[in-house]
Amino acid sequence: MSQETGINIASSIKDTIIAGLLALIVFGPVVGILLDGYGFETRFDDVAWIVAIVMAGRFAISVFVQTEAGKKFIYRQLIKEDGVTVTAPDYKSKMRYIIPIVIIIGLIAPFIASKYVLTVVILGLIYVLLGLGLNIVVGLAGLLDLGFVGFYAIGAYGLALGYEYLGLGFWSMLPLAAIMAGVAGAILGFPVLRMHGDYLAIVTLGFGEIIRLVLTNWTEFTHGPNGVSAPLPTLFGLEFKRRSRDGTPFHEFFGLSYDSAFKYIFIYLVLFLVVLAVLYVKHRLTRMPIGRAWEALREDEIACRSLGLNHVLVKLSAFTLGAATGGIAGVFFATYQGFVNPSSFTFFESALILAIVVLGGMGSTLGVVIAAFVLTVAPEMLREFADYRVLMFGILMVVMMIWKPRGLVRVTRKGFATRKGVVK
Amino acid sequence: MSQENILEIENLVMHFGGIKALNDVTFDIKRGSVSALIGPNGAGKTTVFNCLTGFYKATGGGIMLNAGEKPTSVIKVLGEKFKGSDLVSPAAFLERVKYKMFGGSHLVNRAGLARTFQNIRLFKEMSVVENLLVAQHMIVNRSMLAGILNTESYKKTEEEALQRAFYWLEVVHLTEFANRLAGELSYGQQRRLEIARAMCTNPEIICLDEPAAGLNPSETEALASMIRVLRDEHNTTVLLIEHDMGMVMNISDYIVVLDHGEVIAKGGPEDIKSNPKVIAAYLGAEEGEDVSL
Repeated sequence: MSQETGINIASSIKDTIIAGLLALIVFGPVVGILLDGYGFETRFDDVAWIVAIVMAGRFAISVFVQTEAGKKFIYRQLIKEDGVTVTAPDYKSKMRYIIPIVIIIGLIAPFIASKYVLTVVILGLIYVLLGLGLNIVVGLAGLLDLGFVGFYAIGAYGLALGYEYLGLGFWSMLPLAAIMAGVAGAILGFPVLRMHGDYLAIVTLGFGEIIRLVLTNWTEFTHGPNGVSAPLPTLFGLEFKRRSRDGTPFHEFFGLSYDSAFKYIFIYLVLFLVVLAVLYVKHRLTRMPIGRAWEALREDEIACRSLGLNHVLVKLSAFTLGAATGGIAGVFFATYQGFVNPSSFTFFESALILAIVVLGGMGSTLGVVIAAFVLTVAPEMLREFADYRVLMFGILMVVMMIWKPRGLVRVTRKGFATRKGVVK
Repeated sequence: MSQENILEIENLVMHFGGIKALNDVTFDIKRGSVSALIGPNGAGKTTVFNCLTGFYKATGGGIMLNAGEKPTSVIKVLGEKFKGSDLVSPAAFLERVKYKMFGGSHLVNRAGLARTFQNIRLFKEMSVVENLLVAQHMIVNRSMLAGILNTESYKKTEEEALQRAFYWLEVVHLTEFANRLAGELSYGQQRRLEIARAMCTNPEIICLDEPAAGLNPSETEALASMIRVLRDEHNTTVLLIEHDMGMVMNISDYIVVLDHGEVIAKGGPEDIKSNPKVIAAYLGAEEGEDVSL
């Protein structure tokens, strides 16, 4: 930190002018000149606005970093304090105020938000589920899984095919899909979990692709690339369709006029409650013997074995629970889309889920929730830049690895109050 | 089954490809003793340890661990090759399949043998208490449902586990560091924590691989008294590998000397001190030359 205390306006103005010139160079041709047939029209007022905003922002930042608060902020950013910390035994997280507020907002939101916003948020929540599932496998147990989308596909196709062949609805498939995906995880896991790191990553990558290829090519059963339609959830047997083949639909039962947003509101509310339940379970798991065993296994497998932990079963439990969470997410995805086909389950999805986990911070629950929303909602907001989506992910990843290699949210560990030691 | 010997090693052979690391090693460890395994570098001490604790699958010979309710064959629980006789005895065949699928070194620990490592293997990004809680994995309530619902019985076993952890932290003088990350501790503290962690699994015998390596004389003295506490107050048999001869001679009841994968001497400290073979192995002297430890 410099010794000067006052604010140097002259240098701030210099910074502002440089930033303004750069903005002019970057945005001038892009925004200021609009092609119109063979000619073009100029839009200098737009450019002026953008440059003015950039300059004002740069000036504000420049002044801010010269104040005491700003200096402290910079200092905090400079010191690399992003390792794991142990909280004091009597530490109470600020989350206990934030969580009830978020729950209330989450429960009110669907009745205010538009249908479009609701669908985006549903997608975000589905990715939160996927992120939490993979976070158990990658973040806690330290097993690099590149084929997580396979379990997602099992859940989604489970709902669609279960409805088509067995007539099972959303509510019966929700637990069944979790069990199916969990069993698939266990079957895949048992032979391969003796492998480490890269080898495991390759095998799981293969598994994800096998699932997708089977879904594509087994046309008699899965209808191949044409896909299958998936049923909507029902509220105690009331359907959310305009007309119902059997029984009264939801809107007629309650005497409302039909609105296609009803089904999204309902899916959203169910999904929101499921996400809350999964978050709670995940929170408990990290404080339970099994969660501790996962993390210990990530730290040192040989030491774990020397302490009597069966490393294969510990890994298998992580794999199974992670897969089951993925399966649940798949069911919601299928019912939300109303239709599934294999192109939704490509390797890119696995990479995206992995990006959520890495970006959020390995093992951090809050980080995963934030990252899932950032990585799913941001592309929706920036529809115009859809072509550059992958490029932006790449840049984001590189920046994160340099700036915060351990993820957005720092992992904290629970402290324990000192007590009298007793041994029986 | 011999109640007197907690560990019986018979004709242990370990080959790595063409290298014969261990040749016909035979010795017994008495229950309640402090025994030391010594020898020059490359003598095969750590190999013996890794065979005992199930990290290597011995090429031949037998290791019997007489701890817990019934004796355990360390070689068997690691999963043996199928034999022709399995065809006529389905029970033996199924047992072999079981150990092949679910066997491993963790079963050796569950049978009552704990170990520490030459290069410290703590869970560095977990807190000191959590390290000790992980070690109690087999003792605590592992029911997933009880944990998620946070039932009373679950809370009770967790509290007991914490108390046991703090007990061992007191023994190794680390109580004030309970909420630090294990990786932040100093080297000597990490060594002590590793011993505490091994003791949290309630073993009947603990194998310490060079516990005094890198410790200063006063820390070594503290370690020696801690080992005595383990033996006298917790009825734990201690087997250690050590290079610090002063400490070995001071605390051991029984010493086994290895050289080039063979046992060259075993006996009490006094016998070993004056054994010409041992002196020759350590100092590289010609036999018959007059040297003393």
